[in-house]
Amino acid sequence: MSAETIWAAIKGLRLTLRHVFKEPRVTVQYPEEKKPHSPRYRGLHEQRLTPDGRQLCVGCSLCAAACPVDCIYVEAGEEEEDSGRYLSPERFARVYKINMSRCIFCGYCVEACPTYALGMTKVMDELVFDNRWNAIWDMDMLIENFRRRMREEGIEIPEPKQPAASGGAS
Amino acid sequence: MDYSAFISSMVKMVIVLGFVMLMVPMLIWMERKVLADIQARMGPNRVGPYGLLQCFADGIKLFFKEDVIPAKVDKVVYVVAPAVSMTCALAVFSVIPFGGLRPGEGTAVAPDINVGLLLVLATMSISVYGIVLGGWASNNKYSLLGSLRSSAQMISYELSLGLSVIGVLMLSGSLNIVDIVNAQQKSTWFLILQPLGFVVYLVSAFAETNRVPFDLPEAETELVAGFHTEYSSMKFAMFFMGEYTFVMAHAALVTALFLGGWSGPVLPGIFWFLLKMFAVIYFFMWVRGTLPRLRYDQLMSFGWKVLLPLGLANVFITGLMLSLWQSMG
Repeated sequence: MSAETIWAAIKGLRLTLRHVFKEPRVTVQYPEEKKPHSPRYRGLHEQRLTPDGRQLCVGCSLCAAACPVDCIYVEAGEEEEDSGRYLSPERFARVYKINMSRCIFCGYCVEACPTYALGMTKVMDELVFDNRWNAIWDMDMLIENFRRRMREEGIEIPEPKQPAASGGAS
Repeated sequence: MDYSAFISSMVKMVIVLGFVMLMVPMLIWMERKVLADIQARMGPNRVGPYGLLQCFADGIKLFFKEDVIPAKVDKVVYVVAPAVSMTCALAVFSVIPFGGLRPGEGTAVAPDINVGLLLVLATMSISVYGIVLGGWASNNKYSLLGSLRSSAQMISYELSLGLSVIGVLMLSGSLNIVDIVNAQQKSTWFLILQPLGFVVYLVSAFAETNRVPFDLPEAETELVAGFHTEYSSMKFAMFFMGEYTFVMAHAALVTALFLGGWSGPVLPGIFWFLLKMFAVIYFFMWVRGTLPRLRYDQLMSFGWKVLLPLGLANVFITGLMLSLWQSMG
């Protein structure tokens, strides 16, 4: 243990003592303070609507095919006549569920969507659940996420109309 | 028979033990806050004001954790080992004088033991058993290796610890810690008269308590958790508390032996004692946040090849100085 080692140790102690008196600290006091997200931050999904409130998703399930974790479930359906809820009565997603406890937020599903119906928001705070069933987000919840984001930007998208008795979205 | 002295010393013991047991969670809080200050972050600040209740939350959590006892352990030894560690740490406090309520007054806690310093060194030696038995009884080769490393380290550094104290002993002429503090009040702090002894003691104290930079036996990357791998809940808590109690005991001893104990102007003696003790504890934590860990062979060679000769040199030089001074009249 030479003199240089001892002097190095003393210099190290001086450095750490300097840090004690240095503000600011790097701690971010979540949830009061939050670090800003990048513009393309991948958070909770949204299912988009047309400006007059029609669901864009056609139920092609390309997102489910693209998902590496296999956490999207899609059932397609058709209706006899146009109920005003869907983009086209020929084909829509009757059942659409994403299991958020399995989602890895990679964004492959969003890249796969051919109608730009599926998107990703920067929301993460809503993703709190205390049982496994609350982790499954269905179509209504994802549409609501989209409408809330639109409302924050000042655009009011009307609520999607109730579907006809046969078929039905979930 | 006169019971009043017995009862008064019992009451004093209860107060001191209560104080020590309460201070250990505070030390854990202090360590987290001090490390956070050094690392440019905030420590616990959610649970209670300034995070002060965090340690109690941790204690309650440890209390309620499931007490897992692995199947093939030596049950009696397994349970007794943490108790040995904790008891020896607490026993050291029975001979440390804390300082009274008037400025410059000291009170020994237990009956004033003439060989207080010897008792302290002996008790610290016995506490090594807690670690050895804990590692052996765990029936786990990594625990065993960790405990052997730790006990070898502690035994080696006890030698330099004892040697550094001999200088103080020569200057004060008594093993009674109260007398040592009084001797410092007459002359100066032994820190000034025994700088080498102070440094040797401090470094040996770091090694005795298994703290950085000598904490390889506990290093998580090396041996899982060393000798306390297989321990959970209260037994782990007891090992943990034993370690922090030892830190406090060493800090209290440094204060009493080298920093003048309870002496200080104006304010009550106990205030000065606690102030100096916590300054030493702050130094322990400051070093933890700064220095890297020594490898085990570096550790052992440092203890035997550097500290032991330095301790011996200290004894020799102190003896030389004393005899010169005495011969000069």
